[in-house]
Amino acid sequence: MRFILRRIGFYLIAFWVSITLNFMLPRFMPGDPISRMLARSQDKMSSEQVQQLQKLFGLDNRPIMEQYVSYIGDMVTGNMGVSISRFPTPVTEVIASQIGWTLLLGSTSLIIAALLGNLLGIIAAWRRGSAMDSALPPLLIFIGSFPYFWLAMGALYLFGIVLGWFPLRHAYDSALDPGFTWAFLSSVGYHLVLPALTIVLVSIGGWMLGMRNTMIATNSEDYITMAEAKGLKPQRIMLRYAARNAMLPSVTSFGMGLGFVVGGALLTETVFAYPGVGYQLLGAVTGLDYPLMQGLFLIITAAVLLANLLVDIVYVRLDPRVRTH
Amino acid sequence: MSNDKLLDIKNLTVQYRGDVRTTTAVDDVSFGIAEGEIFGLAGESGCGKSTIANTILRLLKYPAEVAGGSIMFNGRDVLALNGEELRQFRWREVAMVFQSAMNSLNPVLTIGEQMRDIFTAHLPVTKREADARCGELLEMVQIDQGRLKSFPHQLSGGMRQRVVIAMAVALRPRMLILDEPTTALDVVVQQEIMAEIKTLQAELGFSVLFITHDMSLMVELSHQMAVMYSGRIVEQGPASTLHHRAAHLYTRALMNAFPPITGERVELRGLGEGVRLRRIDNLAPVGPNHWAAPISDEDRMSLAQQSTGAEGGQQ
Amino acid sequence: MTTPITTATTEAVKPARVSTRSRSGLLHGLMTNPKAMLGAIILIVFILLALLAPVIFPGNPSRITAMASQEPSAAHWLGTTAKGQDVLALTIHGSRMSLFVGLIVGVMSTIIGILVGLTSAYFGKFVDEILSAVTNIFLLIPGLPLLVILAAFLPPGVGTVIFVLILTGWAGSARVLRSQALSIRSKDFVAASQVTGDRAGWIMAREILPNMASIVMGTLLGCIIGAIGAQAGLEFLGLGDTSTVSWGTNLYWAGNEGSLLTGAWWVFIPSGLCIALVAFALSLFNYAVDEVTNPRLRTVAKKRSVSAPLAGAKETA
Repeated sequence: MRFILRRIGFYLIAFWVSITLNFMLPRFMPGDPISRMLARSQDKMSSEQVQQLQKLFGLDNRPIMEQYVSYIGDMVTGNMGVSISRFPTPVTEVIASQIGWTLLLGSTSLIIAALLGNLLGIIAAWRRGSAMDSALPPLLIFIGSFPYFWLAMGALYLFGIVLGWFPLRHAYDSALDPGFTWAFLSSVGYHLVLPALTIVLVSIGGWMLGMRNTMIATNSEDYITMAEAKGLKPQRIMLRYAARNAMLPSVTSFGMGLGFVVGGALLTETVFAYPGVGYQLLGAVTGLDYPLMQGLFLIITAAVLLANLLVDIVYVRLDPRVRTH
Repeated sequence: MSNDKLLDIKNLTVQYRGDVRTTTAVDDVSFGIAEGEIFGLAGESGCGKSTIANTILRLLKYPAEVAGGSIMFNGRDVLALNGEELRQFRWREVAMVFQSAMNSLNPVLTIGEQMRDIFTAHLPVTKREADARCGELLEMVQIDQGRLKSFPHQLSGGMRQRVVIAMAVALRPRMLILDEPTTALDVVVQQEIMAEIKTLQAELGFSVLFITHDMSLMVELSHQMAVMYSGRIVEQGPASTLHHRAAHLYTRALMNAFPPITGERVELRGLGEGVRLRRIDNLAPVGPNHWAAPISDEDRMSLAQQSTGAEGGQQ
Repeated sequence: MTTPITTATTEAVKPARVSTRSRSGLLHGLMTNPKAMLGAIILIVFILLALLAPVIFPGNPSRITAMASQEPSAAHWLGTTAKGQDVLALTIHGSRMSLFVGLIVGVMSTIIGILVGLTSAYFGKFVDEILSAVTNIFLLIPGLPLLVILAAFLPPGVGTVIFVLILTGWAGSARVLRSQALSIRSKDFVAASQVTGDRAGWIMAREILPNMASIVMGTLLGCIIGAIGAQAGLEFLGLGDTSTVSWGTNLYWAGNEGSLLTGAWWVFIPSGLCIALVAFALSLFNYAVDEVTNPRLRTVAKKRSVSAPLAGAKETA
């Protein structure tokens, strides 16, 4: 419990840092993109909305500390202003409509990659010198060397344009009405295949190698020798003794991996025109929609921190040693 | 050595194969242990004692390999056992207590889960039956049954070693290998653990291969003993004989490393400077049931130069 | 964006490899390691191409020299872009900027990582608490979104790209190097050096750092791989300086001009393949460093010596 509380404290600090970063960027960076943005879109906004944005971006000439305190208050209460590119929708609403897609894509691909990669790593470490141990890692490293977006574009070209097996864009067939119907859900699954597959393909090597190396280190532990001496069945030693311990670092990487997948979603979603927060973030950048940009950054960070907290809770269940400390 | 031994090791050689050179960790070693006998194997760190222990249970890992010799246990060729036979042989016939209980217990499983594994792997028992027997085992080494739910890190060092001992006798094996079972513990706990082992041995009657570098402990506990140096046995015989009338100067040096509290004053010397042997010849009989390796001429000369008190070997 | 996962997961194994060998031992090991040699050869080829680019293709590679969207031919080995630029010239010139940024960012991130990691491990306590917290926060904040919003607020240019990549790249290496330094910090020779009154800076530089040579090497390679990939990603999104020529901007223009949709695969393949080859070569090298310094990871050659627990021990000839 103390471990979890400490972690929560740490995540709160991390969240505070990202809010502070958001606060400082428009105020201390050279140039004045915000004034330009406001000047361009002032006529369509009400004076109230203009005021709010001025307040958020530090154009209201209040003392800096006062701005800071009210800014933190605004962020925590979800008062992030209106989106410029999707005027007049509030930033929070824009994000809420899209974060689900990112989470779906991110968690699907992450879970598949981590499960499959770890399983392959366990087998490779257990059968040292086998084809899987010697041929697969270099192959996966090679695949993992390609820029992710490049592989994604290649897959889109090959399977989407040339072969026509998979849809080219979006998360579902736009002719369908979203809802819990079979047609809609299967369309969602169909649109998910290619983006998820490319993420799995590039990230699986990291999982496999990490697990393989940890397993090899674990295999030389005394408790593995003892388990062998006890005459346990090999599968039991491999799973309950070796893999059970070797998976602990993998669980920690899972939280980090989520950060990379959600962050990397920017590229995936851009290539596949997948309507998640990453795609929206790029849209916000090109459309100079600073309120949306900052809101997205904060929400993505919050999602990653929350996921890490969940991982910590799982970790405590798996490693009895952190429970007592 | 006769055939009525429970464990009979003949001309065992174990090598570590390296890219460049091969190191011989155990070199042409032979000894036997009778039913119910406690056999001590002494020697400094790295002399090959633990390698022998691991070889008996076939726990050697690459790059260590058996390069020659045989290990017979109860008339069966241990080195010829196939996968499933070997699995059955382990722990049921020969069990082992490892040096560090902290490291030999799986940190993420409870004591109970790790003990239960032994029963479910070897006997047709249900989980509940296995758990009941685990509880009895713990009581046997004076630990409360409730500790079954504890994780290794929640026990003290002495308790952990007791748990490991309880695990070792779980299947009533005919032989127990104790690989420096008390080295990692403090002196008081050491005594308790040794007393525990003695009681259990008297009760259950298993043979023991007792490995340590603590000579006083070994002499106290063992019937027969052998002294190893650099992968070779240099002397072998009844423990009391080796204690009082050691033939080989290395054995004497080892015995002297633990001076008696009473009796005449002996000058203490470091082992390292005292004895450095280049070549160890095959054992030759020096008394009833007592063998020692003759000192080679080469060693005799170099020892004569540096020797102060101990004159070279037996004649 | 996926390479950092590798760094994070292998970290658990790495602290074990306190190198007792001298650096010449590492060098010798690498010289005889086929993976390291293959990696080195690929890298040398790319470095030579980057250095010789102005000789092979003099002048501005972006200028329009031919008909648009030509397939590969004798005149244009890799074809031309939708604007009519020579793809081979763009690719070879692109290596200059990509390798340069990768190297600068990799070296700078590693240096910051060493400074933070060593200081943190050496002084411990309060200093360590603070530095570790900062490192972990940087690791937690998702990198690419941070890159994107930083790039959006800063004036576009190569300097911005480099700055932003270093800012988001140093934390990973700091964490790995801290845990390694921590294990060396607890060794007796460090204590001995302290007792004899050596200054902290000296101990860190002369006692601890040389013992981390292999892991610093691994971190540096990892950082360069990460930097080249992240740079390409940033530029592909149009957040770099689109007027420079690099593999990332080549791909940006390829995407922007719809080369894939029109079937012009030759515009799209070369730059991506180059990034992959460089990253692969660096990974191979990194892998080899691991193998040389951690013998347990070496490929087991003989079938009979598999370390699977029930493998036969009896090998009596």
